[in-house]
Amino acid sequence: MIREMKNIRTLFAAFLMLAIVPLMSLAQEDDQVLRARNGKFALTNAKIYTVTNGIIENGTIIIDNGIIVAVGADVKIPADAEVFDYKGKEIYPGMIDGGTTLGLAEIGSISEANDFQEFGQLTPQMQALTAVNPNSTAIPVTRVSGVTTVWTMPRGGVLSGTAATINLFGYTPDQMFAGSKGIVMNFPSTAGGRRFRRLSPEEVKKRQDRALKTVNDAWDKAELYAKLENSDEVRSYPEIEALVPVVKGEMMLFIEANAAKDIVATIAWVKERGYKKVILTGVSEGWRVADQIAESGIPVITGPVQAIPTRDSDSYDAAYANPGIMSKAGVKVALRTMDSENVRNLPYHAGFAAAYGMGREEALKAITINAAEILGIGDKVGSIEVGKQANIFVATGDPFETATKITDLFIDGYKVPMTSRQIRLYDEFLNRTPGVDKDKKAIDIKKK
Amino acid sequence: MKNILTLLLAFFSTMALAQVQKGDLLIKNGTVLTVTNGTLENTDVLVRDGKISRIGKDLRAPRGVETVDATGKFVMPGIIDAHSHIAGSAINEGTSQVTAEVSMEDVVDPLDVGIYRALAGGVTSIHLMHGSANVIGGQNETMKLRYGTMNPDELRFEGAPRTIKFALGENPTRGGRSRGIQPQSRMGVENMLRTSFTQAIAYGKKWDAYNADKSPRKVAPEYDLRMQTLVDIMNGDVLVHCHSYRADEIYMLMKVFSDFNIPKLTFQHANEAYKVAPELAAFGASASVFADWWAYKLEVYYSTAYNAAILTNNGVLTSINSDSGELIRHLFHEAAKTQKYGELTDDQALALITLNPAKQLGIDNRVGSIEVGKDADIAIFEGHPLSVYTVPLMTFIDGVKYFDKSIDKGDARIYVGPESSISEVMIYDRHNDHRCLEGANVMAFEELFSNKK
Repeated sequence: MIREMKNIRTLFAAFLMLAIVPLMSLAQEDDQVLRARNGKFALTNAKIYTVTNGIIENGTIIIDNGIIVAVGADVKIPADAEVFDYKGKEIYPGMIDGGTTLGLAEIGSISEANDFQEFGQLTPQMQALTAVNPNSTAIPVTRVSGVTTVWTMPRGGVLSGTAATINLFGYTPDQMFAGSKGIVMNFPSTAGGRRFRRLSPEEVKKRQDRALKTVNDAWDKAELYAKLENSDEVRSYPEIEALVPVVKGEMMLFIEANAAKDIVATIAWVKERGYKKVILTGVSEGWRVADQIAESGIPVITGPVQAIPTRDSDSYDAAYANPGIMSKAGVKVALRTMDSENVRNLPYHAGFAAAYGMGREEALKAITINAAEILGIGDKVGSIEVGKQANIFVATGDPFETATKITDLFIDGYKVPMTSRQIRLYDEFLNRTPGVDKDKKAIDIKKK
Repeated sequence: MKNILTLLLAFFSTMALAQVQKGDLLIKNGTVLTVTNGTLENTDVLVRDGKISRIGKDLRAPRGVETVDATGKFVMPGIIDAHSHIAGSAINEGTSQVTAEVSMEDVVDPLDVGIYRALAGGVTSIHLMHGSANVIGGQNETMKLRYGTMNPDELRFEGAPRTIKFALGENPTRGGRSRGIQPQSRMGVENMLRTSFTQAIAYGKKWDAYNADKSPRKVAPEYDLRMQTLVDIMNGDVLVHCHSYRADEIYMLMKVFSDFNIPKLTFQHANEAYKVAPELAAFGASASVFADWWAYKLEVYYSTAYNAAILTNNGVLTSINSDSGELIRHLFHEAAKTQKYGELTDDQALALITLNPAKQLGIDNRVGSIEVGKDADIAIFEGHPLSVYTVPLMTFIDGVKYFDKSIDKGDARIYVGPESSISEVMIYDRHNDHRCLEGANVMAFEELFSNKK
């Protein structure tokens, strides 16, 4: 009898499972994992902003195995290509941010969640790419806004480390690596202290001289090391060794300088050292010395554009106007957000630069082809051209405008799902179920 | 005698200065974004004695009234920032977890060039808030950005209701931990609130008994400004604006206010307010949020930039604030982001930085829309203010022009300190610009009393 009962119970349980399982699988569909895919794609009927070859009003792009194989108004669509009709939409090369800590910083106030600064003043051998977390929540949040590539960089100290370009899709740092690296150096600054602890001019000078000596000692050693490199006598000296490719003109050197004096001093320093692949970064006061920068021929990565002017005496729009002034003076300019979680605002920084003198076309270049060329990946990304990597986004209009939606995204030829945690939270909470509990009066009050 | 006359003259001229200036003005032929009454094309706005007196077509300027040609330009209500720390020479009174007795009105700095920079972004009013280091912080000051005076009183929003800052979550608990006192957890925060209000009720009863006593030999209870302020909150005379992030702490405060029968409540930051939007709507609480700031600390990690849109669509009165000397300069752009994140309409997006913050501060009878009878706090833009390419051109408060791009002279300081140096350079870093968000730690003495919030 008891056994029978058990059997009935088992039967009942089995029956229950049969009833529930389809429900469960349905629930799973609601929450299904979206995957990126690649293949042969034809993007048709769109207005294409190639950036390097003008605008194609009603054009087609063919992507095959990650590479753009055809672009134009009269492109034959291969029979085996998957066709996406983008009628009424605009296609742009993926935007490129020239300075971020994306992938290196997850939660600002928690030091354990930040990996962009190593101990010490001279740490150029530290590799940002090593610390890039491909699963950072901020990465999908960023790419669904059309930013496909960033310069992710170590910060702090004098020689902070080695930065790298990464594409914002991939499961390992190597899958994300976009093809270039460079040494990050902070030029000894004359900028004074913090708001609550102003430094005297003497203190600033002393601090700067000390830092300058550190810098010059390191580069003197690197130059010597470059000459001795083939000798068996040289012992391992990784922080100096990391500088040798710069000395030899094989690797880029990014020098952060913001105050006008520091920019001028940096230009003189570079000239004296004779290093070839140098880029000025920050350059907040570039507008004061734009002609001198142009004359030096050194390209610039500047930003954030949405920033407070560097001096109380400066015009309120100094930071907005800075990229335009430099660009008009003949400086090759790229933009950066200098952000981690809000790199998604790159098009808006560009929009502000455009409105305050740079113009839309130049601002678009500053976050596509200029950025790509300055970062050493101009042959791979930054424009829609045959032979380039398919880093592309599709928009309902001008991507600098906040009313515009980014609808589709291709990174390295992969069609990447247009989702992020922030979008999923929106989907879940716009019409929350259950809503407010009408029976419970926990938050009811007698209105006065 | 002559000396006395001079003194008298000086006295009366100071009185005249303390009088707030009001202007007359005709803004011609603009696209007027009224916020409460849609968009009016080719429309004029007439300002008399600091108030909007007429809105219509083909209005004539009365004799002596200046005309501003707004053809092809956009005219909108002055922007209101419900959370600001510009123009404050101190932010946190960190000596106790309850400091309801202090007020930001005592630390207004009319010389802060940040005021001019906000005006250059179309902002006319701010809510200068106390910091978030303590559970019950100090009282805030609602201000109009009448830049150009040395007198802090001229920046007051005369007649605005009193408000006070509360704070939940990581900031007050971090302060508790570093000092070895309560609160060190969100449990402690709730306990602190309930204990404080319970004490205040007892305090109020003592005074009620004293006031009811007709005997000539009665002795007054000791006056306590801290307790009296809490009594004023419970009487609805002081509006609470509470720094908060997580949904659970937001829900907790609604329950506490429900139990103490406190009707009005605005949550500041409120990054997770979207998770309890139906509860906020049911309670009638409002939220003042960022457009897209997140991930700068754990309690804002589970944020979404769709927060403002979710709240708006759930019927919660919502505004977008800056809490930053940088963001305040482009709140129009911050509001425009809600069209990307949630597809709000132009009117909904504009209300986030005008009418809605005005309601949260209790000043919507005066400002927040372009309506006859309201204060002439107006901003004129080249291009639609929700476009990224827009450029603010002019800003008026009470009909008086405080910003005009065409005559901007660059250096807008009205006082140059003898110790300041023109070559002093500060490099902006957004992650150091979290004003009241950070700074709950017990810091170096000088840092605690500095501008870092």
